Formats: sequence, structure tokens, C-alpha cells
Amino acid sequence: MTTTQTRFLDYSPAPESTSILNLRESYGLFIDGEFVDGNGKAFSTISPATEKKIAEIAYADANDVDRAVKAARRAYDRTWSTMSGTDRGKYLFRIARLVQERARELAVAESLDNGKPIKESRDVDIPLVAAWFFYYAGWADKLDHAGLGPNPRSLGVAAQIVPWNFPLLMLAWKIAPALAAGNTVVLKPADTTPLSALIFAEILQQADLPPGVVNFVNGGGDTGAALVNHKDVDKVAFTGSTPVGRIIAKSLAGTGKSITLELGGKAANIVFDDAPLDQAIEGIVNGIFFNQGHVCCAGSRLLVQENIEDEVVERLKDRLGTLRLGDPLDKNTDIGAINSRAQLDRIRELSDIGEAEGATRWSAPCEIPANGFWFAPTIFTGVETSHRIARDEIFGPVLSVLTFRTPAEAISKANNTPFGLSAGIWTDKGSKILAVADKLRAGVIWANTFNRFDPASPFGGYKESGYGREGGRHGLAAYLAASPLGGTTRKAGQ
Amino acid sequence: MTHLPVPKTYKLYIGGAFPRSESGRVYEVTSAKGEFLANAAKASRKDARDAVVAARAALSGWAGTTAYNRGQVLYRIAELLEGRSAQFVEELRLTDGISAAAALKQVETAIDTWVWYAGWADKYAQVAGNANPVAGPYFNISVPEPTGVVAIVAPESDGLLGLVSVIAPVLVSGNTAVVIASEGSPLSAVTLSEVLATSDVPGGVVNILTGSAAEIAPWLAGHADVNALDLAGAGALDWVDLEATAADTLKRVLPPQNGVPAATLSRIGFFTETKTVWHTKALI
Repeated sequence: MTTTQTRFLDYSPAPESTSILNLRESYGLFIDGEFVDGNGKAFSTISPATEKKIAEIAYADANDVDRAVKAARRAYDRTWSTMSGTDRGKYLFRIARLVQERARELAVAESLDNGKPIKESRDVDIPLVAAWFFYYAGWADKLDHAGLGPNPRSLGVAAQIVPWNFPLLMLAWKIAPALAAGNTVVLKPADTTPLSALIFAEILQQADLPPGVVNFVNGGGDTGAALVNHKDVDKVAFTGSTPVGRIIAKSLAGTGKSITLELGGKAANIVFDDAPLDQAIEGIVNGIFFNQGHVCCAGSRLLVQENIEDEVVERLKDRLGTLRLGDPLDKNTDIGAINSRAQLDRIRELSDIGEAEGATRWSAPCEIPANGFWFAPTIFTGVETSHRIARDEIFGPVLSVLTFRTPAEAISKANNTPFGLSAGIWTDKGSKILAVADKLRAGVIWANTFNRFDPASPFGGYKESGYGREGGRHGLAAYLAASPLGGTTRKAGQ
Repeated sequence: MTHLPVPKTYKLYIGGAFPRSESGRVYEVTSAKGEFLANAAKASRKDARDAVVAARAALSGWAGTTAYNRGQVLYRIAELLEGRSAQFVEELRLTDGISAAAALKQVETAIDTWVWYAGWADKYAQVAGNANPVAGPYFNISVPEPTGVVAIVAPESDGLLGLVSVIAPVLVSGNTAVVIASEGSPLSAVTLSEVLATSDVPGGVVNILTGSAAEIAPWLAGHADVNALDLAGAGALDWVDLEATAADTLKRVLPPQNGVPAATLSRIGFFTETKTVWHTKALI
């Protein structure tokens, strides 16, 4: 059996060619429709799989941020807020089409810069980017039906900060609804993954999007702070960690700026003993090992019914033994590189704590490349609800297995977290799914599936996973305000 | 022989019971002309925490009732308020220094506000939720759910209507509430809690504290088991600090408003979370 498996898995390398890329040696900031120099000290973006430099990136200081916000304000006042919804939509349709045309190039760039497997960037990230623009493009001239009453108003200039786990997809989640609703944008990509946004900037030029409607400022935490605290920003949308979300919410207290926060998670993936186990095993693997576990909604806590724990864990180990870890650009790769050394350190630290606190660690037997940042898919069994690996977001390929006996216990354990972003339920009983889904305090619930995303489907958390929704009709509300006469109000004497 | 009146002791409303403040403190409530009316309980940090515990305990039951049932309970409040109209008019006349006609108008508006919100209980989910046409073999639906425990600083003006305007929208979707009543006009708040206690609102669903909002609100803003904060009546407090404190636990915060908030659908929606459920469809 073992030898058959080994032979079955003995693939020849099948790397996606990087020749499709036409990268520059250095990239500026993208302000007012043009690439410009930054005042900060330029930094290198590297491939986490090889630690080799990809390009030099300009760094925006507070003055650059101010320049970008001014450009966005000008574009808002003079162009974008006065343009018809139909024309705004047509620009978004153009962008969607250009993304499709340059999809392979974007996928290769994303995998190179982020470390995620090419099969994910090619089949998930980039197609969803195009879909997101396509979906919101159609909303631009239909805002009266967004649920905010007639003639909802755009908010103005939106400051947006996106994380490194889905660099271009998160950019699309932010930019598409903002522009459809009539806002202009200054967006800060993550400092370890600036590349795809800069190629996207070329797409905006090809689409002839009016200058200043979208601006990119690269940099670190200080750049982000200057952006969200800029006094001429009307809207702040942030996807990232809960600690940074707190800082942003605190610093914006009393400013009246509209805020959307999409923060951390510690999702429970609940597997009942009457679940379709073949699918459940694939779902558990997809839930936590998709994108190396760098997913805020990852199913990082497996809650398995006690009587099937041994079977599920054994089958999981078998399955993980077949995953291929390595070159993100190889079409056969299942597990790519950890995005940065800092993130790798955090995953290692929390895993060590897991062992120290008494949980049992098992890692898939796979070869770790000599260079780059890697972490083998790992399962902890014997995890208790008080363990840090059951409470803290690890944001890596690490699964904590806990057990339960009754649906009530599963629900109570699933909800026993300050987070509330997502959850999974596996059972063949539809009535059980609906009853459990009702009681889970999480914004997205996947039943007999996991980690599905769609532009028509709202995404966002309860509790300390943040507030506001991205995607669907609900996602528009984050970028619109009811007109003074809009909204549903009780009228006396009617 | 004339009847010697029997004045009421004005107490807190926590978990369906009417306790005095655990601190033993009271403060004088005076008429608009400065005459003594009553000693109201002056709630403490401990009272606020007890109220949050009661609100959390009541949440799953209240959120779990059918929308039809919640609508009927809210409508029942309007019915009982109607019967107590004269008492509210008298209290508002004294504390707010307004005419009997103005007081009656306030009571009537409060009653109609309950009726309006009651009717939304089994409809707002149809307006705020929808099916989502995702590109794949999935049934996908988004529905609004209650945010959880909501702490409220009621408007300082219009003792009854102000309170009703902030409690009713929170209850519609199934949230539970801890409310700090108007400091200057607490009598009708206590009387409203008597209405709530007798109108099938389960104990703990609404908890009403009288006393100093400036003193109690910071504890509620920082409380880790409070999910949202309505600062409607906090305009005169250091509300920016309250909002900043609430950020530590990422509470949803509704900023202060001038006067009494209008009855709006968006007020219901603010205290809800959109839950989206994906379910696989068989490929047949």
C-alpha cells in the first residue's frame, strides 16, 4: 500500500513559467493615475519560496499618503461622484475583462510574491477577482435597490488596507464595491505582497480609469496609520488582524468615519458521526490547509464527535501524507510557502506552545526545501478548550482537534471564542444542519463544504472578528449612506 | 377623610426583579420646579455588571423565540402602556415640567412606536436578508441575527419616549438590553419597567438602571460581554472616550443623537449581524 502510494505521488516537476511576467526592477507608488516616487526608503519584495528579491518597491510616508488622498478627493469631486452609474459600471466591467485577459500573468505574480500554490492563485484568487469586479459593475447603476432607500449617497474617499494572504482578491473585495457605490480609493497593499496591486495599476491605466479614482500607497504600519487617520478620509475598510483592528477602531473613535473591519477568526469545523466522511475529510483539509492556513476564516478548530475521532484523525493523517509541499509555481503543489519569516516564527511559536501545554503534535512527513519559509501540515490532538492553540489565531497550516458528544456541546465549544467569523458543519441530516447553523455565532457558515467564496455572498464576522460585510448586496452598504430622505422611517398619522 | 398617598419606591430593574442598588445609594429626583419627588436608586458598577449577566442569560431564550411571538410581546407592551397612560402623563408632567397635553402626546407617540416596531419583528428579516445566487451548486442565504447584549445610554430628554425609542428597535431582532435611563427623568423609566415586567417580556431581556450615566457608561463600554453600544443619549458625556473604550472589544457603536431618535428600520438593522449559510446541493 505504502509503496503504491509513493509511486502514485512521484510527480515530475511541472513549474508554471515565469516568462509571462514582464516585471520592472522597481515600482513607484500609484497616485493620480501615474507611478511616482515615494519619500520613504524603498524596500524589496521577495519570494517567500526562495527568499530571492523580486522587485524594489517605493515606500509612502505621510506626505505621499496626503498626496494620494488629495488625488482621490479631486477625482471624487470632479469626476467619479458626478459620473453616471452606468459609466462607472462600464469602467468596472472593463477592469473585470482586463483581469481575465491578464489572468495567468496575475496568478504567476501572486504565487511568486505570496508563496501560494499556482493552482490556487490560478483557479481561485484571480477568477474571483474578475468575478468581484463583474458583480459590482452591474450594481453601479442599480444602487436604489441596495436596500438603503432611493438615491443612496457615496461616502467620499475610502482608505483601504488589505492583508498579504489574498493580496489581489482582498484588493478586489475592497475596490469593486467602493467604486460601484461612487467612492474613490486610496489603498495600501501589504508590505510583503505589493506586486499584484502594481500590475493591477497597469490594468487601471489600460482601462483608462480616470486618474485619482484609485491610488496605491505601499509601505508599513506607519503608512497605514497615516492613511486611516488622514482627516480627509470618509471611510476606512481594513482586513487584517484583530489587534490592529482594535487600534484602528480606537484611533477613529469620535471621528464619524464609517468603518468596516474584517479581522481574525478561530473557526470551528464541526463533524458529526453521521457526516459524509469522504467529503468531510476533504473539507477539513481544504478548511485549514488551503493557502497554507493563511485564511482568516480557516477551519482551525476541528470539533469531531467523540466516537469517530480515531477514524477521522487517522484518515486525515493518511490524506495529509499525500499533500505535496514545495515550489508554489509547480502545478502539482498543494502546500506552498509561508508568506514571511515573521509569520513562520509565529506559527512555530504557537505550535511549540501547543506541545508545551500538553497537546500531541503530528506533522505530515514531507521534505522541507532548503531555502524559503515552510511549515509542514500539522495536526494537534488532545487539545483542550483552554489551550492557546484552541484560542489564538495561528494563521498557518495547523489544525487543533477537539471532541464533543452532543450537538449542544459542539455548539457551546464552537461559540467559546471571542471570534465569530466562520464555521463548518458536516452531517447528512439537513434538519441538524439548520438547527446548528441557527445557534452558531458566526457570520459565514458552510454546511458540508468549506472555504467557498462568491461575490454575491456576504462575508464578515460577529463579535471580535469585526463588523460590516463584504460581498453581495450587503457589501454595498459599507460604501453608501441613505440619502437624508431615504431609509424607512415611521411617519406619524399614516 | 382624605386618603394619605402611598408613594412608590423607585428601584432598578434587573433580571426581571426590582432590586435597590447594591451600593445602597439613592439620588433625589426633583420636579422641574425643584420640589422633591422621589429618591431613585443610584446604580453602581456592580449593578451594571449584574444587569449584563442577566441580559446575557436572557439572550438565547429571547433570540430563540419566533419572530411572530416577539412581535406579539412588543405589541403587548403597547397595550399595557395604553392602560397606564395617566400615570405616565403625571410623572412626565412633574419631571419634565411639560404640560399635560405635551406629556400625553409623548405617551401616545411612545405607544405608537412600540406598535410600529412590533410589526417589524416578523418582517425585517425579509427586507434585510436575501438568497444569494452564487456560481456553484450551493443553496446560499443571508439572514440578519441579533448582535447580542446591547448597552444603551437613553436620551436625557423625553423620559418615556426617549427610552422607548432606543429599547424597542434593539428588542425587535432578539437582542437583550442594559439601559441607563435619563438621569433627570427616571420616574417614567421605572414605571416602564413595571409595564415590561407584566407584558410577557422575559426577565433579563430589558434591564433598566437609574443613576449617573457618566459613572456607569464607562463600565458598560468596557465590558467584554457587551456586544454593542448605543450612545443615543451620551452627547453630554465624554462619548468619544466611551467609543474608544468600546473599541477594545470591537463593539458596534452608534454615536450620540440630538433629542429622541426617529423610529427607523436602520436602527433595527444596526443591532443585527448578517449570517450567511452555504449548503451543498446534490449534483443530480
